[in-house]
Amino acid sequence: MRSSIKNPFATTLGIIVTGGVIGILAACLQKLGNPPNMGICVACMERDIAGALGLHRAAVVQYLRPEIIGFVLGSFIAALIFKEFRPRAGSAPIVRFILGFFAMVGALVFLGCPWRALLRLAGGDGNAIFGILGLLFGVWIGTLFFRKGYNPGRSNPAPVPVGLILVLIMVAFLILRIIYPPVQGQAQSGVLFYSLEGPGSQRAPLLVSLFVAILIGFIAQRSRFCTMGALRDLILFRNAHLFSGIVSLAVFAFLTNLILGQFRPGFSNQPIAHSMFLWNFLGMALAGLAFALAGGCPGRQLFLAGEGDGDAALFVTGMIVGAAFSHNFGFAASPKGIGPHSIAAIIVGFVVCLWIGFAMKQKQQ
Amino acid sequence: MEELVDVRGLSCPQPVLVTLEKIKASRSNRLRILVDTDTARENIARMVKTVGWEVLEVEPQGIGYIITIGKAA
Repeated sequence: MRSSIKNPFATTLGIIVTGGVIGILAACLQKLGNPPNMGICVACMERDIAGALGLHRAAVVQYLRPEIIGFVLGSFIAALIFKEFRPRAGSAPIVRFILGFFAMVGALVFLGCPWRALLRLAGGDGNAIFGILGLLFGVWIGTLFFRKGYNPGRSNPAPVPVGLILVLIMVAFLILRIIYPPVQGQAQSGVLFYSLEGPGSQRAPLLVSLFVAILIGFIAQRSRFCTMGALRDLILFRNAHLFSGIVSLAVFAFLTNLILGQFRPGFSNQPIAHSMFLWNFLGMALAGLAFALAGGCPGRQLFLAGEGDGDAALFVTGMIVGAAFSHNFGFAASPKGIGPHSIAAIIVGFVVCLWIGFAMKQKQQ
Repeated sequence: MEELVDVRGLSCPQPVLVTLEKIKASRSNRLRILVDTDTARENIARMVKTVGWEVLEVEPQGIGYIITIGKAA
């Protein structure tokens, strides 16, 4: 085998290090100002970006999170350095957009992506257990579809703009964030909205968040870190490679929380969480099914987009639009419980995702 | 010449699933897999071990690789 294609991050030690780095840095970002038990949550942070852009008007969740920008840029830099930037697209794009949409709908009923489910657990939030069980259930349904021949079809090599557009959008977001910085006591700065209270107002310093996220994006691109893939590979192949990464994330976040005095076990009054067990379970089950059908967790979709995958970029866009709909239409939960239309949204989400699972079958060759 | 299996453009976990299916159906002890991402190359190398196969050779091919896999000795 050519020595140049060996990748130390693709080893089990590499994935454990990646998970550990994410866990430690996420807990540290909480200490530095990010919302508790949400040091890094891809769903919440994309939701905050939708708010910052005025796509929804939930005043407490509006901030143009630099973490999302950094994940894509870090992955892009890694892909360029290691010659893995390969623009590609064409594997059922609109389906991926819709999967992203309903992944976000489910995640916002639970109040977090799989990363946050682990971070909530590591912070002592027992409600996360139901979310993680739901995620496992959703991914398990996804594996049944894989066994029955679900296949969204092939992507094809594509012109550079297809792989670069989401990266450039992230650069544009960063420029907007610099041109229109938050102003003390003001809910708007230029074209951007800023929360004055609630999770959107809790933020680590820009440069720290950006640097941490670029680092995570870089090593996650190299290691192929994926929380959904971790469960899927365990179920489908009895392979624990990726799973060791998510265990590492939870363990190192837990240890860092202990050291920083951020571990508070319990089920009630947990930060930015509710205790409606069934909806925590079903919300994450819907998200898990959507992630499985799309081939990766929200973080992984950002890293794939950074290496040029236009379909993953569309999944990300679907999530941001899904967040806007979730808050505009009352799908999203809050610490008080599920929203007025969460149940309807979850039912519609399951119907759509199950239909996609049954209907998307293509010949392999 | 061994059978050539094209998994280019397939998203996770299809490259691995297709490869494992081909291993099951194959009468020979060797297969050549055409992949277009390093992720697929690494995943296939990892998963074929679980069924007693291994990577014998990796050659660059276009933007990706041809991986030759065979039954482990």
